[in-house]
Amino acid sequence: MQKTVEVRWHGRGGQGAKSASAILAEVLFEEGKHVQAFPEYGAERQGAPIRAYNRVSDSPIRRRCGVQNPNIVVVVDPTMVESANPTEGSTEDAVYLVNSAEDAKTLRGRLGVTSKAKVLVVDATKITLEELGQNRPNAPLLGALSHIFTDVPVESFVNHFTSKMTKLPKTVLEANRRAILRGRRETVFA
Amino acid sequence: MSDKKKVMTSGNLAFAEAMRQINPDVVAAYPITPSTEIPMRFADFVANGKVDSEYVAVESEHSAISACVGASVSGGRVMTASSANGVALMHEIFPIAAAFRAPIIFGLVNRSLGAPVNIHCDHSDSMPERDSGWIQIYCEDAQEVYDSVLLATRLAEDPRVLTPVFVCQDGFITSHCYEPVELLDDESVKKFVGERKAAYPLLDTDNPVSYGSFTMSEYYFEIKRSQMEGMNNVLPVYRELAEELGKETGRSYAPIEGYRAEDADYLIVIMSSATGVVKDVVDELREEGVKAGVLRVRFFRPFPREELLSLAGGKKGLAVLDRSASIGGTAPLAAEVKSALYDLADRPRVQEYIFGLGGRDFYAQDARAVFERMMNEDYRAQARFIGLLERGDENERA
Repeated sequence: MQKTVEVRWHGRGGQGAKSASAILAEVLFEEGKHVQAFPEYGAERQGAPIRAYNRVSDSPIRRRCGVQNPNIVVVVDPTMVESANPTEGSTEDAVYLVNSAEDAKTLRGRLGVTSKAKVLVVDATKITLEELGQNRPNAPLLGALSHIFTDVPVESFVNHFTSKMTKLPKTVLEANRRAILRGRRETVFA
Repeated sequence: MSDKKKVMTSGNLAFAEAMRQINPDVVAAYPITPSTEIPMRFADFVANGKVDSEYVAVESEHSAISACVGASVSGGRVMTASSANGVALMHEIFPIAAAFRAPIIFGLVNRSLGAPVNIHCDHSDSMPERDSGWIQIYCEDAQEVYDSVLLATRLAEDPRVLTPVFVCQDGFITSHCYEPVELLDDESVKKFVGERKAAYPLLDTDNPVSYGSFTMSEYYFEIKRSQMEGMNNVLPVYRELAEELGKETGRSYAPIEGYRAEDADYLIVIMSSATGVVKDVVDELREEGVKAGVLRVRFFRPFPREELLSLAGGKKGLAVLDRSASIGGTAPLAAEVKSALYDLADRPRVQEYIFGLGGRDFYAQDARAVFERMMNEDYRAQARFIGLLERGDENERA
């Protein structure tokens, strides 16, 4: 039986972490994977810390409990590196993808992970401020995730993301497309 | 063969999609978390002309179910959804719907009953309705929710049954989890569910009938007995329908699903979404040479007593896991299981557990600990709790 990969997202209410986890699930579903996407529901308010989860597997996924030991951790908000405790319960060889303007090596030190962990850093906030004029870090983070889900081409993320937004003006679609591709290109490995 | 398609959706949205395909005559609802998306999505279908249904927006759950009863006895195909205290507010009307033989199809998205206010899953909302005369089906995932709405429609309206039905799914865990679900095409669904043919519609003025009449002790008992007869027909009729739909979908669900149960020594008896993680643990234990298995109770009303006896007889041990409590008594699932087992000459030992109240999570290590207690012959007369945080309790979560 193929191992199930578990993903935990740390974001703030209103930032789109829940949508990002759903989009990731849809992209991987279209690539033939078995998937789940589910947020942790609490008192929902803008700016409050939230978590969302994915499970990805080559075989049907039966368990429906919360993710305790994620293999991949995505930090959507740069201020959450300490406050959200993103390393909690994660596997020693977990992959961290962090939205941050900080130097990747410094950030790795702040996470306090062992040499077995991989750390990917991308300034998704800067990219979307430049491309969209708004801090909506989802698109570059999804682009960066194509480094982790290596059997899925980045075009799948681009095509899926833009197919979901067909009602938006062409300029906005193009800006999102650039944001995804820049997210992949500007990811720094530490 | 039908033209199927697999989509990413959730338990709630799969329920609403089945409603669209069924195109009921009347939907009356008062949305409540976590079932809100069912009437929300269905109201979209009505507003966008995707269905011909009459959508009745009411001012309370009591009115929602009352409108459903009126529409159902008038001969319509009627659906609604609710959760938690919304279900509790409907309680007065549920036995009336059942006694009127109003075959309402109800999406019950399980949520704990307040107080304290809590939006998360347990079965404390549906279990108090187990004596209201309705059929209760509990689903493990969104696919089963979708398939069960189709089955429930035929089952409720079958003249041998003519009984309303709750299609239950776990709040948030199933209702809001986004996962792949295979849908039938609209035509296949229409063909399967057909049209409702009401035997005694209130609006048939050529053949006038009366509903809600007053009866004293000379009739009431017989009315109840006739309801019991309808309920007794549920499982045989369900088997016919499940076979028919199974030919389209390739899926079928037994009233009690046994997973690696046949040759098992130890069984966990459980319901709904928590079953999946137990199946994972069963596979792990089997690798280690332990004969573990699962029974998932899908029909709680009628309770599949015969199936339980044939699946649970001869085992070394059973652990019955209830996601609701009967404070001061035996929890609902344990009460049913123990009552059924009484007829066996050689009864397996049973440990009762309460788990998951108010959405307390249930993990693989919890299921493993339950099996290990059975393997160590560790039984207690009282119910045990899973995942308590109270310090000093033997069940305290590490």
